[in-house]
Amino acid sequence: MGASILETAFTTLIMNRFRSPDRHPAPALAEDSQNMPLLLQIQQLRTPRIGPLDLGLGAGELAQVAGPSGAGKSLLLRAIADLDRNEGLIRLEGQPRQAWTGAGWRRQVGYLPADPAWWADTVGEHLRTGDERWLETLGFGKDVRDWTVDRLSSGERQRLALVRVLQNRPRALLLDEPTANLDPDNTRIMEGLIRDYLRESNAAALWVSHDADQRKRLGGRLFLMENGRLTESNP
Amino acid sequence: MSVIALSPVDLTLAALLVIALAVLTSRVGMGLSKSLLVSATRTVVQLLLIGLVLKTLFEHAALHWVAIMALVMLLVAGREVVARQGRRFTGWRAYGIGTLAMFVSAFTATVFALTVIIGPAPWWEPQYAIPLLGMMLGNTMTGIALGLDRLTQSAWQQRRVIEGRLILGQTWAEAIQDIRRDAARSGLMPIINAMAAAGIVSLPGMMTGQILAGTPPMEAVKYQILVMFLITAGTGFGTLGAIWLGSRRLFDERERLRLDRLKAG
Repeated sequence: MGASILETAFTTLIMNRFRSPDRHPAPALAEDSQNMPLLLQIQQLRTPRIGPLDLGLGAGELAQVAGPSGAGKSLLLRAIADLDRNEGLIRLEGQPRQAWTGAGWRRQVGYLPADPAWWADTVGEHLRTGDERWLETLGFGKDVRDWTVDRLSSGERQRLALVRVLQNRPRALLLDEPTANLDPDNTRIMEGLIRDYLRESNAAALWVSHDADQRKRLGGRLFLMENGRLTESNP
Repeated sequence: MSVIALSPVDLTLAALLVIALAVLTSRVGMGLSKSLLVSATRTVVQLLLIGLVLKTLFEHAALHWVAIMALVMLLVAGREVVARQGRRFTGWRAYGIGTLAMFVSAFTATVFALTVIIGPAPWWEPQYAIPLLGMMLGNTMTGIALGLDRLTQSAWQQRRVIEGRLILGQTWAEAIQDIRRDAARSGLMPIINAMAAAGIVSLPGMMTGQILAGTPPMEAVKYQILVMFLITAGTGFGTLGAIWLGSRRLFDERERLRLDRLKAG
């Protein structure tokens, strides 16, 4: 009994020592009005086309964004990922965005665009090796790494692009209609995978969806984007 | 072994060939005759002028005259680089990136050749300095113009791929490395081809000129090899430098792709 307590303490000590500071900065979490710790906090974010807007996501939270096309939903995700010039304060686990380089920040906030780009010939060149779990969950065999990108269907591209983003182990996911090209079965599988990821890694997700049924299935807070402004929709 | 002087009649005879070509292209309606004649006239006027300038420069050899001449050549070459860009950088960099890279590489190679290798006295002797610098600048200009044009055009066309790589957390240098490699290749390909073909497919112009002027072939060959190597180094370093500066400019301090820093040429 005594040995097991010691073991636990020792393990905890070791785990804390080897915890990567890059992935888990000191938990000086910002807090919102309800004193809930915020994972991703956005204040006065603006670009020439959107904002200013505020948004906070808790650890493990999945929030959705809806709105007419051209309202600026993708621009919002791009601004959070720091791909377009923008002003405002964004904190991740209490740390300001400037604490990371541009590349480092984008590994923390995994942005999955509606039409992800592929540049090399084979699928494997876009993926890290060693982690087959997500590929299996999404119904791909080991040989998928040898597939040429040209022969992928749009649905396959979308599913593989999700795996590609998850391999960075992002703390927040920015998903731009990730299931738009999928059949109902694959849509459910992908929704489940993203939910599992959020639960396991305590990450947050901002999910742009056009599908009313999907919005009901996913649940969580819903934000409406219109003319570059974001409002929380009352349930 | 002296030069056979050319008379105006000799040049007129050669000009008749160009005029004949212009007449032919006009008859078959290719629409080239006007630009042929304009370019031929420019050749005559520009070369006569530079002949006068060089004659004066050789007679009044002084470092400051050579320096002024070199500066004029550099600025004109810089303008040529800009003129050949499909998409230019905004602001002073449109001119600055190419000119700076050309200045550093072409001038360094020329001064190195003059002081360490050829060693005329004084080292800036215009008879050596001006033709050498001219060959360096002419070739470096081509390399930099091709390299920068390829870089900016590819970045524009492949912006989805570049951003796709940034999204996944690649650094700006990783995201543009393929494009940078292609740009370097297209900048260096002409000089690499010229070296590979030298003497077999073509007799290089400078060597031909020296042989025509009565220089023993082996001396002309040695000079040609020297010049080829200098041009390769100058073009190579200049092109790589311009591509590096240009690609850095395509991204900002947050490693965002900033195509708004380009404008259509």
